Amino acid sequence: MTFVISQLCADVKDKSCIVQCPVDCIYEGERSLYISPDECVDCGACEPACPTEAIYHHADLPAEYSAALSSTHSFFFDPLPGRTEPVGSPGGFRKVGPLAADSPFVASLPTPPS
Amino acid sequence: VAIVGAGPSGLYAADGLLAATQLPVEIDMIDRLPTPFGLVRYGVAPDHPAIKSVARTFEEILAQPRLRFLGGVEVGADVSAEDLRLCYDAVIYATGAPLDRKLGIPGEGTPGCCSASGLVSWYNGHPDANRDVRLDARSVAVIGAGNVALDIARMLARPARDLKSTDVSPRVLDEFRRSKVERVYLIARRGPDAAKFTPKELRELGAIASLDRVVHAGDLAGLDPAASADRRVKANLELLGRWAASAPSGQPRRVEFRFWTRPVAVIADDRVRAVQLSRACDGHVTESLDVDMVVSAIGLRGCPVPGVPFDAARAVIPNREGRVVHPDGSAMAGVYVVGWAKRGPTGVIGTNKADALETVASLARDYQDDRLGERARGSIEELLSARSLDLMGVAGWRNIDRAESELGAREGRSRCKIEDWQALRELASGRGPLNGGGIKSEATR
Repeated sequence: MTFVISQLCADVKDKSCIVQCPVDCIYEGERSLYISPDECVDCGACEPACPTEAIYHHADLPAEYSAALSSTHSFFFDPLPGRTEPVGSPGGFRKVGPLAADSPFVASLPTPPS
Repeated sequence: VAIVGAGPSGLYAADGLLAATQLPVEIDMIDRLPTPFGLVRYGVAPDHPAIKSVARTFEEILAQPRLRFLGGVEVGADVSAEDLRLCYDAVIYATGAPLDRKLGIPGEGTPGCCSASGLVSWYNGHPDANRDVRLDARSVAVIGAGNVALDIARMLARPARDLKSTDVSPRVLDEFRRSKVERVYLIARRGPDAAKFTPKELRELGAIASLDRVVHAGDLAGLDPAASADRRVKANLELLGRWAASAPSGQPRRVEFRFWTRPVAVIADDRVRAVQLSRACDGHVTESLDVDMVVSAIGLRGCPVPGVPFDAARAVIPNREGRVVHPDGSAMAGVYVVGWAKRGPTGVIGTNKADALETVASLARDYQDDRLGERARGSIEELLSARSLDLMGVAGWRNIDRAESELGAREGRSRCKIEDWQALRELASGRGPLNGGGIKSEATR
């Protein structure tokens, strides 16, 4: 594990982090962004870029956001709803584009009042 | 388009240009070295293999068919800025910040004093590095409070066995094995709350088992982590606070932090003996620290390119959104800048992506508005061959890359750096296409 995105990103998806990532390892789901644990090079460029302070190094992740670890793992390594294969490590977000699905944890978060 | 410098900012600029569908662009990436990737290869510490693996992304950029790599060409020596302007419709400078800021104190420059870039390029196997670096000092003072200072302190403090799996050259590995270093002092002018290093880097120092970390509680007085609005500062203060509260356990090496302290003079005869420090505003000496080596890591500076404007005070190429401007403020048509040469030595590798995209957007707009100025009317191939320059292209780099991987495999690691100019040149001068795609021939240009 490297840097992870907490639930503070849900329904915000500012995407400033995507611009900063040197290896294009931040992927866009329906409601949140996710950092590929396989592709992240641990450089830390994304963390200060996030206006909602949703990104943490895994070693700094506060207990209330600990679900981000399994949520991230599930997003990349379990098949997302409507798919048979997991996302895996495609080698860059640009190659696959936005994915219209989320990890079960993010999908279960209450939606903000519109 | 010519891009001068094949480091991160130049590569991101190339990637941005190639992705801009409205630009029918072909790129020559020019570097004075036969090896691309700039500071990823020669700046990122060897014990940071994950960050060095960003090179995989750069290889993909380099492999694009509309890009050529012209290694072994030094702008300002082999070809001039004017030459480039004649041969290309636009030129982007990605020349970085290769020079060190000086301490400006007496004794700086005596044997045993070295600059951050001198030491970093040595342990990274840069072909221009001074090979005579000896780690025969028992006590080392590292001046500075950024990640470069911390990288150096950590590299010196690490047991040599940790470097066995890295890409350092056999010569560098041997010198680390012979290292006599016992104490490393980190000397920071300002307080722990103003230190520029990141918690991640600080934590790595905490992960070295055979190391004592010493922080003086007095340096942290009045600084409450909880009161800090900045998450980075908060995490740094918490970590430093924990170290201040724990006693050294007699480990073979020790890193000691000295905040609120600046060096006043280096005391040396035939070699460094001590560094005099001041904690006072008036600069009078409050302490003399016995050390055998002083490394200054207080920042980097851009280097002027002859024929290109330079802001000597800020040590950058003056620009507006990446368009190089003359001293009178007017834009220099068709000339652009990216990365540290543009904004100064700040940020991490990824910071250069957004920075490069801004410059690419300026260039694209100027192309559409027909403001690139005079179009190319010379041929770089003719010019280089008239000057009998050995061209080292992507194929040459692949030869080096392969040779380094083979050397590494013999020692059970993924790579082992070749640091000798002659060897690099011989490997790189082998015939082959200049571009990774191998599609574009000389004749079509």
